[in-house]
Amino acid sequence: MTIQFQLNGEAMSLDVPEDTPLLWAIRDHAGLTGTKFGCGIGMCGACTVHLNGRATRSCITTMGSVSGQQITTIEGLDQDGEHPLQQAWVDAQAPQCGYCQSGQIMQAATLLQDFPKPTDEQINQVMSGNLCRCMAYVRIRKAIHLAAGSSDSSSAGSPQFYEPGQEEMSNA
Amino acid sequence: MRKFAKYLANSATEQASDTPRLSRRGFLIGAAGAGLTMAFASSGIPVASAAKSISEGAFEPTIWFQVRPDGRVIVNIVEAEMGQHVGTALARIVADELEADWNDVELHYVDSDPKWGLMVTGGSWSVWENFDKLSRAGAAGRTALIEEGAKLMGVSAGQCQARGSQVIAGDRAISYADIVRDGNIDRSFSEEELKAMPIKPPQERRLIGEESKALDIPDKTDGTALYGLDATVEGMVYGRPLVPPTRYGTGINSVDDSKAKSIPGYQQTLVLDDASGTVPGWAVVIADSVHAANAAAEVIKVDWAAGKTADVSEQQILDEGRRLIDDASTGALVVNEDGVDNAFSSADSVLEQEYVTHSVLHFQLEPVNALAFQKDGRWEIHTGNQWQSLILPTLAKALGEKEDNIVMRTYLLGGGFGRRLNGDYCVPAALAAKQLGKPVKLVLTREDDSRFDSIRSPSVQKLRMAFDSNGQVLGMEHHATAGWPTKAMAPFFMPKGENGEKFDPFSIHGAAHWYSLGAHRLRAISNELASDTFRPGWLRSVGSGWVNWALESFIDEAARKTGEDAIEFRLSRLKAEGKNAGSAPNSVGGANRQATVLKRVREISDWGKDMPADTGLGVATTYGQERNMPTWTACVARVHVNRDSGKVTLQKLTLVTDAGTIVHPDGALAQVEGAALWGASMALHEGTEIEQGEVRDTNLNTYTPMRMRDVPEIQAEFIKSTETAVGLGEPATTVVGPAIGNAIFAAAGVRMRTIPIRPEDILAALKA
Repeated sequence: MTIQFQLNGEAMSLDVPEDTPLLWAIRDHAGLTGTKFGCGIGMCGACTVHLNGRATRSCITTMGSVSGQQITTIEGLDQDGEHPLQQAWVDAQAPQCGYCQSGQIMQAATLLQDFPKPTDEQINQVMSGNLCRCMAYVRIRKAIHLAAGSSDSSSAGSPQFYEPGQEEMSNA
Repeated sequence: MRKFAKYLANSATEQASDTPRLSRRGFLIGAAGAGLTMAFASSGIPVASAAKSISEGAFEPTIWFQVRPDGRVIVNIVEAEMGQHVGTALARIVADELEADWNDVELHYVDSDPKWGLMVTGGSWSVWENFDKLSRAGAAGRTALIEEGAKLMGVSAGQCQARGSQVIAGDRAISYADIVRDGNIDRSFSEEELKAMPIKPPQERRLIGEESKALDIPDKTDGTALYGLDATVEGMVYGRPLVPPTRYGTGINSVDDSKAKSIPGYQQTLVLDDASGTVPGWAVVIADSVHAANAAAEVIKVDWAAGKTADVSEQQILDEGRRLIDDASTGALVVNEDGVDNAFSSADSVLEQEYVTHSVLHFQLEPVNALAFQKDGRWEIHTGNQWQSLILPTLAKALGEKEDNIVMRTYLLGGGFGRRLNGDYCVPAALAAKQLGKPVKLVLTREDDSRFDSIRSPSVQKLRMAFDSNGQVLGMEHHATAGWPTKAMAPFFMPKGENGEKFDPFSIHGAAHWYSLGAHRLRAISNELASDTFRPGWLRSVGSGWVNWALESFIDEAARKTGEDAIEFRLSRLKAEGKNAGSAPNSVGGANRQATVLKRVREISDWGKDMPADTGLGVATTYGQERNMPTWTACVARVHVNRDSGKVTLQKLTLVTDAGTIVHPDGALAQVEGAALWGASMALHEGTEIEQGEVRDTNLNTYTPMRMRDVPEIQAEFIKSTETAVGLGEPATTVVGPAIGNAIFAAAGVRMRTIPIRPEDILAALKA
């Protein structure tokens, strides 16, 4: 059937079965591949998009349920890809493989709506539904603090170097 | 893969080189096509012109770069990008010697055209094996640009220096772009000249070791980065495999797709006929969309004749490991020093313990997938992969094609961690595309991916240590058994042990320790019941992960036995003498460098201080993976044990790493952070078991890797060093698990010898 909805601010009409997951409609029918598939059961967060402005797992959201609704993907978060979270993600050098990061950023955007100056604890609570298999968690949390201008209590920082003394390196 | 090639080349003697060797070939610099190309000659040094050789493609394409007329410096990257920012690290080595402005540098990731040579990314080798070659190549480029720049400015080369993509002579300067546009460089360097290239002393480096942003990151924040899952081609259909109940030996009796025929978009189900034996018993559902393929797969009934491992359990695999260890005739003696038997027969006391690690899934977040099709008679496989050279011969066999008629197009990897060293997932895509005569995009669900994973094998290890009446250590034995990934997938890479038996070096890395602990015997045994049941995989740090769980827990137990402080026990036995003296170029300083990271971690952790109730510190130290490429690593973990619930809270990890020269410090730190948390996750959060011949946990409802809320405080330091750059992707993984186990003992007095450590295991141990 034909389902009409708003995708990144533009009217979209797709002829797909109602039970089609939003994830695959976005990727394979609308051709926006920034939203990723990880688990298919709503537990990794790689597929996170905004449904009417709120983070939603697109892999367990059916097309039938988004008729007339507004969907925003990572491609539509900011026209130039310069949303404060995106800039903070670069500043904190958060991504490793990067596969989860669209979902992390979309989830973090909702987090900042609810907690404009989040604490570590609030970040942990909201973001623990998003798996980062590279385990870049320290930097994801740091990036959220950077974007929010809130304080990061963890020790995330720049690389530290230690120069051993000569006597230490010799076989004393 | 150059390293693998070296192993192959040396197979007659089976002695692996421990030095990343410079190509025994010259270096070419000449204008060709879009700019000035700098590359290693593919054979000898041409008598004619370097430019002509380059334009004819007569260069080694594994390492080359170009300066374009617009000033851009394009560095070609053969390595797979899977989160380690390898392109950035390699390009900075070139650009530093080339004296290129970093803002001009761009990366180009290549495909698997045979012209690129062998391709593999793994083992934390990329920087180590390329550092010297890239430095010399960059220096050759700088030399040629200075010569030509001097000529264009009418001065002598001796008056010039290069800096920031310019050749400078006093107050005059000419840009590399202008030299490429106006000059006419046609220059070759012989092997000897290349060897004598003036490499900059460390204090003159401008990029290596300095801060920089990774070039691959911006595209990973706005959805533009392309992974294998994002590959498309005109006219493709989607494939969803029906994965059989056993990894090997399954046959298909019949397929009933009658209920699928009413599903919109369902096309048909293919039963694969795989001459390569990679995916026996597989069928592939073909449909117009992923959703249609998945919906159809739900209702298609396959009658499989399962293979002989259909009933195998984790317990059976572990018991088989125990049987093998008890049978002294099995396995390869990796180390077998004189005096081991004497040490034990004359011992006053013997410490003996068994350690177990359970199955671990890679669970790289992007389930494996591949797009396969024929184009102009040539096969193309579009996918993310770590070891193209390994799977190409298998693909050729499966397709009945010649290897050079198959090309693998490179995409970013949504996680590697060793899973994508094994390209088996390309085979069903290719077979389906061949059978169907059109492009097939094969997408595994998460459950498919887990069932088809090349898991980290469960392992059993027995360690023994002999003491005299004064508590001095006389000798030790270490027996380790697991399913061997290298035997399953790359048996040409197995060296022989002291008893002439071949072994998987990756299964036993980390065990040839740098402690002086008397006579040492190290035995590696392949568990065939494991490798019959699943295809054992290389998983982040491979054997060094399970080996050090045993070794560094055992060392802690030995220190408890002698009543020594766990760090003092280790330090007094880390002496750079005899076999542990170390050697150039990779292990200069030997055991002293391991002692240094250990001393430093003692200084910056709270070691020796009083801890709150049920809270404790544990230490572990390793040399990473390979004895001839050691990354010296030490860790102190701080945990709290809840005696009522059995829950272990990891509060802090303190890590000190000596990886020699650090090329890209921020990327290095990211690798240590990620690898350390992998170690913690495998110790406390994840792990599965084989049940009925398959992994029990296939998705996040029951497989539970570490989440953000579980992340401890991390304090990580590097040793400042100008020694050979070694690996960083895996070493921290090896040290965290045993540090946690040892901390649990310090906190609660219970010794955990199996990972993962579950709350119920803690409670049971507390009750015992």
